[in-house]
Amino acid sequence: MNGAAVVSWGKRFVRSFGLPRIIIALFLLSLFILAPFAGVNVGTSLSDTLNRFGMNAIMVLAMVPMIHSGCGLNFGLPLGIIAGLLGATISLQVNIPGPASFFLAILFCTPFALILGWGYGALLNRVKGGEMMIATYVGFSSVAFMCIMWLLLPFNNPTMVWGFSGRGLRTTISVEGYYLHVLNDFLSIQLTKHLVIPTGMLLFFAFFAFIIWAFLHTKTGTAMTAVGSNPVFARASGINVDRIRTLSVVMSTWLGAVGILVYQQSFGFIQLYMGPFYMALPAVSAILIGGASVNKASILNVIIGTFLFQGIVTMTPSVMNSMIHTDMSEVIRIVVSNGMILYALTRKTEAAR
Amino acid sequence: MTLNATKGQKLLRFLANNTVPILFLIICAFGIPLSGYSANYLVSEIIIRLVRNSFLIVSLLIPILAGMGLNFGMTLGAMAGQIGLIFISDWGIVGIPGMVLAMIISTPISMFLGWLCGKILNMAKGREMVTSYIIGFFMNGIYQLVVLYGMGAVIPIRSKSLVLPRGYGIRNTVNLIGIRKSLDNLLMIRILGIPIPVATFILIALLCLFVLWFKKTKLGQDMRAVGQDMEVARAAGIPVEHTRILSIVISTVLAGYGMIIYLQNIGTLNTYNSHMQIGMFSVAALLVGGATVAKANIRNVFLGVILFHLMFIVSPMAGKNLIGQAQLGEYFRVFVSYGVITISLVLYEMRKKREQAEAGLSLAAAQEVEA
Repeated sequence: MNGAAVVSWGKRFVRSFGLPRIIIALFLLSLFILAPFAGVNVGTSLSDTLNRFGMNAIMVLAMVPMIHSGCGLNFGLPLGIIAGLLGATISLQVNIPGPASFFLAILFCTPFALILGWGYGALLNRVKGGEMMIATYVGFSSVAFMCIMWLLLPFNNPTMVWGFSGRGLRTTISVEGYYLHVLNDFLSIQLTKHLVIPTGMLLFFAFFAFIIWAFLHTKTGTAMTAVGSNPVFARASGINVDRIRTLSVVMSTWLGAVGILVYQQSFGFIQLYMGPFYMALPAVSAILIGGASVNKASILNVIIGTFLFQGIVTMTPSVMNSMIHTDMSEVIRIVVSNGMILYALTRKTEAAR
Repeated sequence: MTLNATKGQKLLRFLANNTVPILFLIICAFGIPLSGYSANYLVSEIIIRLVRNSFLIVSLLIPILAGMGLNFGMTLGAMAGQIGLIFISDWGIVGIPGMVLAMIISTPISMFLGWLCGKILNMAKGREMVTSYIIGFFMNGIYQLVVLYGMGAVIPIRSKSLVLPRGYGIRNTVNLIGIRKSLDNLLMIRILGIPIPVATFILIALLCLFVLWFKKTKLGQDMRAVGQDMEVARAAGIPVEHTRILSIVISTVLAGYGMIIYLQNIGTLNTYNSHMQIGMFSVAALLVGGATVAKANIRNVFLGVILFHLMFIVSPMAGKNLIGQAQLGEYFRVFVSYGVITISLVLYEMRKKREQAEAGLSLAAAQEVEA
């Protein structure tokens, strides 16, 4: 192979993979290389990254159906998270300890996710073209509305309500004794002293990823892709566009609900009130870092994106801190994640929408 | 032939076009008696809010004229204003000269940020709002990089009271004692015991006159044309991209000045929070005043400030008297702020569709007559 061929191959590679993605991947790689010199244990970092990957991957996966049906990036993810929080709090209220509570939470969150998702989908169908901005504010206002509800709903499990008044839910509720680490500890593999693979959580994600992948290859899934790429053509071939879009929004919402439950079982706490407020942005930028665009996304984008994004979030604080004794990780996270969203929004090729 | 609207339809149209202000009137009508505040207190509070917020909200008008929707990127201007204030606090320049100097410092920064924002928005036509919203977040990262890590390390800051104990970075709160209320107290009169800062109101009135005048200039008309239809404007020889960038630059510069006026009234600067909230509150207030994404005028600004902040003032107390928890009222007002923006955006998109349908109907009717 001569030099020119290498250059042209490189150019094609850069074009197909995207320059920002390559920069981010190289940045993460250099962090992993620098880690041992900075006195950071690579095993611990890798296991943290895997853990965070498992925590967030399903919420990133929740972006896929809506991107496929042409509803854009789901900035309204907090709505799904709220369904998940309702499932989690009701499960704790029923007060069945142990792993069963996790499946109860999934069970309880489902009707909320279906109803909220259906309403949200019906709303988005009436505002075609302006989905993303409205989705953002649907998310925000539903979080603010639920702040009122968390104060008023008649929960009374003593682990959840404020101790002194006996009513109103706490801002953070521990899930210890209920479903703490149910997925993390399932079949987990201790490779070295520091490196633990949370097999159960990764398998859980793989299961959902497979279902979504399989769904996208069914008749309905293909119809969804058709609606996303050309709604007029889709209608002409007899597809009920609004129904397919609503279905995609319901799926996104439900995945968001399950996603937050997986997040909680690893994190150990249910975060109420303003907790879900900004949770859409990391998920949105993760899938974009993975190579998705405003109207195209695959399961591979989810996996690559979540790994890169969570890798950076995990590695920058520890490595940067020991290298230059300053914690700039927050700034780097803000600039990288929002920069990525901006990059996706301004791509000329997708300007059709 | 035109479609004749009946009285009932006209009333419905009026209600549909003014849903948000009417909704707010109802909320305030319930909230004011519940809160138990005196009329005197409410009026003086409203005057303070008018002084604080009007300038900022007027800065949103020009991008709406140019058809770019609500400029969530006004946070960029707010950041520039804050940087100006940090510098004058460091140099110890007080009073009106301090404010003017802060404005002078903020201007080139605002212009640069506005130009950048306009450039990016031109690359994202059709989804300006969500893009400008994300630009706000992105620039917040850069702002933190400059203020939290750059100032004191690269950019010289001498005052010990501004810099964090570690030696660089600005503290979370900056006391603006030097310029606190310097503009408000310049010409303060009292009517029925209610203090009215006339100088600030004169400044706001001048800005309103400027906006009214600006709409009539060549550039203002160009912006209106671009806002109506970009392709037609381009065909008419208007430099569309350039005009759009200019509208954002003007808006950002005005937002910077507005932020300085806002902060001189409050008296303290929350270095890392003030600018993030201001965008949301300004947009919500403008929408409450009956503006839409495509149409806004000065009246909307003042009606919006009065109604929105009335709700803001009474809701914690009303919540406390109604349920016994002030926290509830706090959450209620946050919910209402976001809810209002959501409803306005949804109504706007739906109205756009309805108007398209009506235009189609009248076209069909006209063609029928010809045939």
